[in-house]
Amino acid sequence: MNVWIAIGVTVLGCYAVKLAGLLVPAGALERPAVRRLSALLPVALLAALTAQQTFSTGSALVLDARAAGLAAAGVALLLRAPFLVVVAAAVVVTAGVRALGG
Amino acid sequence: MIETQREHSAHAEHTELTRTAERADGTAGPAAATGRRAVVRDSLGVGVAVGLSGFAFGVTAAGSGISVAQACVLSLLVFTGASQFALVGALAAGGNPFTAAAGAFFLGTRNAFYGLRLSQLLALPRALRPLAAHWVIDETTAVALAQKDRPSARLGFAVTGLTLFVLWNLTTLLGALGAEAVGDTDAWGLDAAGPAVFLALLAPMLRSGTERAVAVLALVLGLGLLPVLPAGVPVLVAALAAPAVLFLEGRARTPKGARS
Repeated sequence: MNVWIAIGVTVLGCYAVKLAGLLVPAGALERPAVRRLSALLPVALLAALTAQQTFSTGSALVLDARAAGLAAAGVALLLRAPFLVVVAAAVVVTAGVRALGG
Repeated sequence: MIETQREHSAHAEHTELTRTAERADGTAGPAAATGRRAVVRDSLGVGVAVGLSGFAFGVTAAGSGISVAQACVLSLLVFTGASQFALVGALAAGGNPFTAAAGAFFLGTRNAFYGLRLSQLLALPRALRPLAAHWVIDETTAVALAQKDRPSARLGFAVTGLTLFVLWNLTTLLGALGAEAVGDTDAWGLDAAGPAVFLALLAPMLRSGTERAVAVLALVLGLGLLPVLPAGVPVLVAALAAPAVLFLEGRARTPKGARS
């Protein structure tokens, strides 16, 4: 049930912000500070989410095969690999390290 | 700031090109057809490449314990990738539904700013806007803004949106079903797909020192608070890194050399 509540709230919230952009008169959100904040908010969220989903299990910090997978994704990004290759590199390296007992 | 300036000049260039294209419109029949074909080709390229990554979402969703139906409803009705990944990640961590949804919502707020730019560029009839709004995401915006006139922008938006929507939902279903069939998705390293997607979205945003400072501060807050705050809350606190760095940047600029 909790999952459906979370899904419902996310569906409504995400649709509302998309629609707001198309309906709100231009200028309302055009203040430089607002634009700047909206560009930086995803940076903060994505950085925190990347770190948490790599280095934690539940509420405990852990260092396991995922760290190697993420490092592989980082290398793929530096080599300008396409999106799917980046994700595949993380998955394959994580699975490989686990198979080797890491 | 750099972003705003670049957008302004891109916009000026865009209106300039629109005028040229409109003047040439009557005489340039075959050229216009070639132009349309190029728009469709580019749109399909983006739509297919990103649409396929719905596999990663379906697999991650199923691996984090939500049902195939729930994964499909998310892709159908939320249809903005980063928010979907964030939500299933937060639910897997055992967060309360509202904190989980809040993280997904804040990630989705950037779409409002895309909508602002698109509403001027596409000039859609009011009746169409509630429908078009569902497709206002990173990729459709990028393709539409890259076009040189309004018809091309509309075409690019529509083709990218449709391709991505169909493929993203199809691959979500296949990924979720596949993950259920595989069973232990962690043994296949599939739990690394979510963070890799986030990293791939984050990397191109780290253009200047400000972005990097925000990322580092958010990373420290997100990990440091994880053991002490309820699930889902540390991410929301980490989001405060954005206003915090902006505030510090503003202060550092005004009283130059006043302190240390």
